[in-house]
Amino acid sequence: MATDTTVQQHQEVHAQDEDNWSGGKQPFKVSYGKLMMWYFLLSDAFTFAGFLIAYGTLRFSSPSWPVPDFVFSTAPFGIHDAPLIFVTVMSFLLIISSVTMVRAVQEGHRENKNGVVFWMLLTIIGGAGFLGCQAWEWNNLIGTEHMTVLTNPFGTHIESGTYLEGDGVNISAGDTFDAGDSYLIHKHDGEWHQLAYKTDGGETLKQEFGPKSFGALFFFITGFHGFHVFSGVAFLVIIMLNAASGLYAERKNGYEMVEKIGLYWHFVDLVWVFVFLVFYLL
Amino acid sequence: MEGINYDQAKKDVYKGMLLLGAVTLIEVIVSLFGKGHLGFDPSGMTIIIGIVGFLLIALSLYKAYFIIYEFMHMGHEVKGLRMTVLLPMLLLVWAIIAFFNEGSAWKNRREKVIERNEMNADDKPVKEIGMIYEYPDWEIKKG
Repeated sequence: MATDTTVQQHQEVHAQDEDNWSGGKQPFKVSYGKLMMWYFLLSDAFTFAGFLIAYGTLRFSSPSWPVPDFVFSTAPFGIHDAPLIFVTVMSFLLIISSVTMVRAVQEGHRENKNGVVFWMLLTIIGGAGFLGCQAWEWNNLIGTEHMTVLTNPFGTHIESGTYLEGDGVNISAGDTFDAGDSYLIHKHDGEWHQLAYKTDGGETLKQEFGPKSFGALFFFITGFHGFHVFSGVAFLVIIMLNAASGLYAERKNGYEMVEKIGLYWHFVDLVWVFVFLVFYLL
Repeated sequence: MEGINYDQAKKDVYKGMLLLGAVTLIEVIVSLFGKGHLGFDPSGMTIIIGIVGFLLIALSLYKAYFIIYEFMHMGHEVKGLRMTVLLPMLLLVWAIIAFFNEGSAWKNRREKVIERNEMNADDKPVKEIGMIYEYPDWEIKKG
């Protein structure tokens, strides 16, 4: 008798399960749009993972690699030698804009139109601020430090030695360096100035350009992420305007569109966690 | 969202912001320590640099977990949805192992190429094993 009940219960659970998948119901208890947003983000995660793994592979394959805390040590307002500080500020901006996005979704659940619009506006400001910071960073790298997709003036010493000449900025003749120290080759009036140095082994050499792939990977991957931020901001603006016009209030579905752009926006923050790790921290 | 009242949810969000900010700050400090900016230079100490790298990766993964489970509400989704999104990510484990191994192999090959370039053209390989030629011990003739 006891066994019969268990079997019966089991069959009932099974029938219920089948019922979930036989149409007319949402087996994953989310709408089609939200589910597809998750799967789009999954595919996008693979794209970014592919890029970041390519970065790792090329970094592993190079005898030397520019040290990130040397490359990214400049900030606006004339701040120099402040390693990673500017990019930390950029990270905080994205985290804060993620938090304001969560608040917008929460207000959506309460069907509070003004709350949704207010918190989405703050999110847009955060995203635009991040893009502004990135524009400054790129401008500094391209305009001041002359790094491009094809040229990487950031090199790294493989052996220790002494400089024979100076560049009049950071390096003067007689300065010593260790293996693993990075340097920036300066460009004046369209000409590169590769400084001569003497290794501790006694050889006289000139500064070499760093691995080309560094510049290409940097601009491509941060550019692709920046493009995600840019399109995210564009969609946020559209959805904020729609919310403000009362479109979603009429639909009475808890501002689902806000939830969907929220998922996308958190994903952009999520990718930045790994771009930050790979390009700046490691 | 269900089961948690609005005020509690609001508080959790700001707690989350402080947590992510703190973890990011710790990451930056750990990274700067690893690069020798905080008074102590660990360059050349493989174990310390290894620990720093491991810490940075672990903290980033924690941040990723927090964003997905709390901000994107993955923790509140049905198990089937969670699995269909998260399990495919395991494919990346092998991608990382395979490609990083390949990267190091390119580097080693590069050293071999430089070595070969210093050889004389008339040095003959003694025996052939697959694609790899074995050379006898020979001196680099300079000049």
